[in-house]
Amino acid sequence: MNDTAGIMTQEWVEVAKVEDIPPLMARVVKTKQGNIGLFHAGDGNFYALENKCPHEGGPLSEGIVHDCRVACPLHNWVIDLKTGEATGPDEGKTRTFEVKVENGAIFLKL
Amino acid sequence: MNMHASTPEGARERLVVIGNGMAGVRAVEEILKLDPARYAITVIGDEPYGNYNRILLSPVLAGENTIDDIMLNTPEWYAENGIELIKGVAATRINRPRRQVELADGRSVPYDKLIIATGSKPFILPVPGNDLEGVIGFRDIADVETMLDAARQYEKAVVIGGGLLGLEAANGLMKNGMDVTVVHLMETLMERQLDATAGNMLRASLEERGMKFVMPAKTTELLGDETGRVRAVKLEDGTEIEADLVVMAAGIVPNIQLAKEAGLHCERGIVVNDFLMTFDPRIFAVGECVQHRGVCYGLVAPLYEQARVLANHLAGTGWMTYEGSVTSTKLKVTGIDLFSAGDFLGGDGTEELVMLDEKGGIYKKLVIRDDRIIGAVLYGDTVDGTWYFQLMKDGTDISDIRSKLLFGQAHLGDSGHGGDAAVANLPDEAEICGCNGVCKGEIVSAIKEKGLFTLEDVRAHTKASASCGSCTALVEQLLAHTLGGDYSASPSEKPMCGCTDYTHDQVRAAILEQELKSIPEVMKALEWKTPNGCSSCRPALNYYLLCAWPGEYEDDRASRFINERAHGNIQKDGTYSVVPRMWGGVTTPDELRAIADVAEKYNAREVKVTGGQRIDLFGIAKEDLPNIWRDLNKAGLVSGHAYGKALRTVKTCVGSTWCRFGTQDSTGLGIKLERLTWGSWMPHKFKMAVSGCPRNCAEATIKDFGVVCVDSGYELHVGGNGGIKVRVTDLLTKVETEEEVLEWAGAFIQLYREQARYLERTAPWIERVGLSYVKDILSDEQKRKELYERFLYSQKFAQRDPWQELSEKEDPFFKPVAELV
Ligand code: SRM
Ligand SMILES: Cc1cc2nc3c(=O)[nH]c(=O)nc-3n(C[C@H](O)[C@H](O)[C@H](O)COP(=O)(O)OP(=O)(O)OC[C@H]3O[C@@H](n4cnc5c(N)ncnc54)[C@H](O)[C@@H]3O)c2cc1C
Ligand code: SF4
Ligand code: FES
Repeated sequence: MNDTAGIMTQEWVEVAKVEDIPPLMARVVKTKQGNIGLFHAGDGNFYALENKCPHEGGPLSEGIVHDCRVACPLHNWVIDLKTGEATGPDEGKTRTFEVKVENGAIFLKL
Repeated sequence: MNMHASTPEGARERLVVIGNGMAGVRAVEEILKLDPARYAITVIGDEPYGNYNRILLSPVLAGENTIDDIMLNTPEWYAENGIELIKGVAATRINRPRRQVELADGRSVPYDKLIIATGSKPFILPVPGNDLEGVIGFRDIADVETMLDAARQYEKAVVIGGGLLGLEAANGLMKNGMDVTVVHLMETLMERQLDATAGNMLRASLEERGMKFVMPAKTTELLGDETGRVRAVKLEDGTEIEADLVVMAAGIVPNIQLAKEAGLHCERGIVVNDFLMTFDPRIFAVGECVQHRGVCYGLVAPLYEQARVLANHLAGTGWMTYEGSVTSTKLKVTGIDLFSAGDFLGGDGTEELVMLDEKGGIYKKLVIRDDRIIGAVLYGDTVDGTWYFQLMKDGTDISDIRSKLLFGQAHLGDSGHGGDAAVANLPDEAEICGCNGVCKGEIVSAIKEKGLFTLEDVRAHTKASASCGSCTALVEQLLAHTLGGDYSASPSEKPMCGCTDYTHDQVRAAILEQELKSIPEVMKALEWKTPNGCSSCRPALNYYLLCAWPGEYEDDRASRFINERAHGNIQKDGTYSVVPRMWGGVTTPDELRAIADVAEKYNAREVKVTGGQRIDLFGIAKEDLPNIWRDLNKAGLVSGHAYGKALRTVKTCVGSTWCRFGTQDSTGLGIKLERLTWGSWMPHKFKMAVSGCPRNCAEATIKDFGVVCVDSGYELHVGGNGGIKVRVTDLLTKVETEEEVLEWAGAFIQLYREQARYLERTAPWIERVGLSYVKDILSDEQKRKELYERFLYSQKFAQRDPWQELSEKEDPFFKPVAELV
């Protein structure tokens, strides 16, 4: 019931300023839907993923970011920030969220 | 007809490869890795397939593999990578003035750059009858098919040549039910890889399996029947041996005809320089057809090294040079273990270490010059082959382990899970990679079926050793055992990671020589292949820079693993553990009270005494870390760096203060050592201990640096490890005063900091460089004092409690950036 309501009312929410997240770092946004990792990727863009590794739920925001990927801090799976998919031989996918940047502010579509 | 007539000028350069074999295609793969868009590539091969793993033709013949199993690059692979593959058509001429390759079907292919990778051909004895039906070489799929066909119809086979190839052919034919005789010119088998003792042992065990030998014997003629098929081999002494099939395996000849006819300088092979360039700067050559510094190679490992250098040049990077290879060989006959490497015969100025157990069928010989292994022959027990080969390639001084060398790596004092030498004997279901739960069988079949050659390949396909990396050595052993002489990567030559071709040592040298002072600078100067590295090279670079420029380099938090970023150990549920330093394992009621208070205040879910003589608080939320640290700081407690590649603990025993056997104040000395060294970042974690007497209650002899107190002073021990692979320390020296202990400890740590590779603990480092090397430097008083000075200097900047720094400045990193709940 709540779920459908949530999806129906998706909207852009401001969550951070660009300078809150230095390049190649990430921060956590706490939401009703759980923690979301907000990443400042190597291409200069910001990406958002559910903060749970498809392997065993490791907090992806704590991993090393390189290019548009993050290496999970627990067992080093490498997750693609654009698609949320595990790369290499690993299989699994983490939910992604849309991000936009306007006037130095970062918005998440929630 | 010009096939590329439509290619507009100024478009991509045209790279043409003649020879669709192992070396040529490897070079193409390496180029694609470096710069996939640079060339329009055409590969010409006269065999009607994609590229396959020629090495595995022997197991195919023996029925242990199928042709499908050994394909490396399918026609789809070429298509996917935009490579034009012309298969089943031979190149007939290189027209250098017009810069085109002419083909057997009349077409011609223009080139801007050309790679000749035509391999070699079996040497066919120049005797009458060598063109009879049923006389073949052993080189390609067609030859294997001919042999399997003959095995179905005929009974008797003769293999001419008792070398590696000949014996593998003979074994395969025997497995297919043929009656096989090997005719060999020399007194012993495989004389180019084995000495007489090993050659004779090999002969005896092959005879036991039913193989026949006639040797030494010279073939003078092949006799045919009325249909034109071979029927017998005639020897110099007149003997005739019946044969329905004759396999010539008397050697290989580099396939240089095209190059020669095109006027390129050839001797035995096509002569190339250290960039694999022929005398025509547009034409390169790689593989068995090449002669480099006078040597033609016939094994895959050196050819792959050549391919990497060649690609480095063709992709425009151009700094690598090929300086020749040391090779090792294994015989791929199931059930026979044989290993040979380097100069196994020795001679003037060399000495030999030999172990012979005739009944047990074991023979080991190491040839030593100037305390370094220069050659090895192993028969019957080859588990240490890779280890010896590594010591040989690394030029490790073996004088300290001389007496144990022949017994193998397992006898160097290690035991436990990491006895990696035994990997060959493990069952298929043995777990190799604990992190990812990958077992031996999975790795071996991936290596075979997917045609994997490198550690990175195995990591990518199986995940084995891709996480903590502690099973890397095991995986390398498996590669070596599965691929035989084909795998020979030595750490000293391995690139840091997929982002660069430079090795750890090269990168460190460049940082100092070119005064590179930040990660982006290093990546720019050394032409990193990825925009910002990966989780493997960035932490290493960060450490190298930190070590090279103390006080100057600003630590890059984004290049630290989470534990070092958060100054706590991340737990499986995302919480953290907190371990305050307990100097020398000594604490006070006040400290314990403070710990108890924070444990309650921040809901530590468990309080545990660690194996390092201090207390661990578990289950702390990330947001609480700065707060708990602040509280602990108030009681004088600082970070224990239990999470860092850094000085961890200094374990002590009670020593002379309390113990009736104590000879010195071990507790006090431990505290001094910890005060001196805490905060120092290292290539890996570093542990110390001080025991008050040789009863050694602080287990000092499995620490990176251990002190054992004795009546007359202090014994200093180094290179111990109690982890995955247990290693007992080596005695470094004995000193008389505490001041000397501190100086030696600081100097030793600094040497390790400056020279070991990132994530290499002192144990493997010392095994690689040799204890004598370390001893020589540290015993030189001036060098020791200089190292100590440099250590003290870097400690000026390192000895800041990170807990204090982070809790004082309200670091936002520990908090969510937004809370929408
Ligand atoms: C807490 C402690 C276990 C305990 O409850 O006693 C511990 C816990 C961990 N050890 Fe350990 N080790 C602990 C003492 C040891 C010891 C014993 C010792 O130091 O006397 C050893 C063997 C001695 C040695 O290192 O030579 C030890 C050998 C390892 C190894 C294997 C190292 C090796 O060289 O083979 C690893 C894996 C690694 O470092 O890559 C490891 C890794 C780990 C990690 C960091 C695994 C990880 O990456 O998460 C564990 C963190 C748990 C946590 O969340 O806090 N731990 N670990 C001990 C902390 C000591 C301290 O006060 O700092
Ligand atoms: C049975 C067997 C077992 C072996 N076992 C081992 C081992 O255990 N370990 C090891 O390290 N090495 C082993 N080798 C050696 C290894 O296979 C070779 O060193 C390696 O294949 C050489 O690579 P290459 O690219 O130089 O030559 P090749 O792989 O032979 O490739 C050359 C290709 O060029 C083609 N060609 C030649 N002339 C022309 C032309 N004019 N036009 C078009 N195409 C042409 C050939 O047909 C061939 O396909 C073994 C070899 C054999 C035959
Ligand atoms: S604490 Fe050490 S031994 Fe225990 S599970 Fe973790 S890494 Fe393994
Ligand atoms: S939880 Fe991410 S790799 Fe295991």
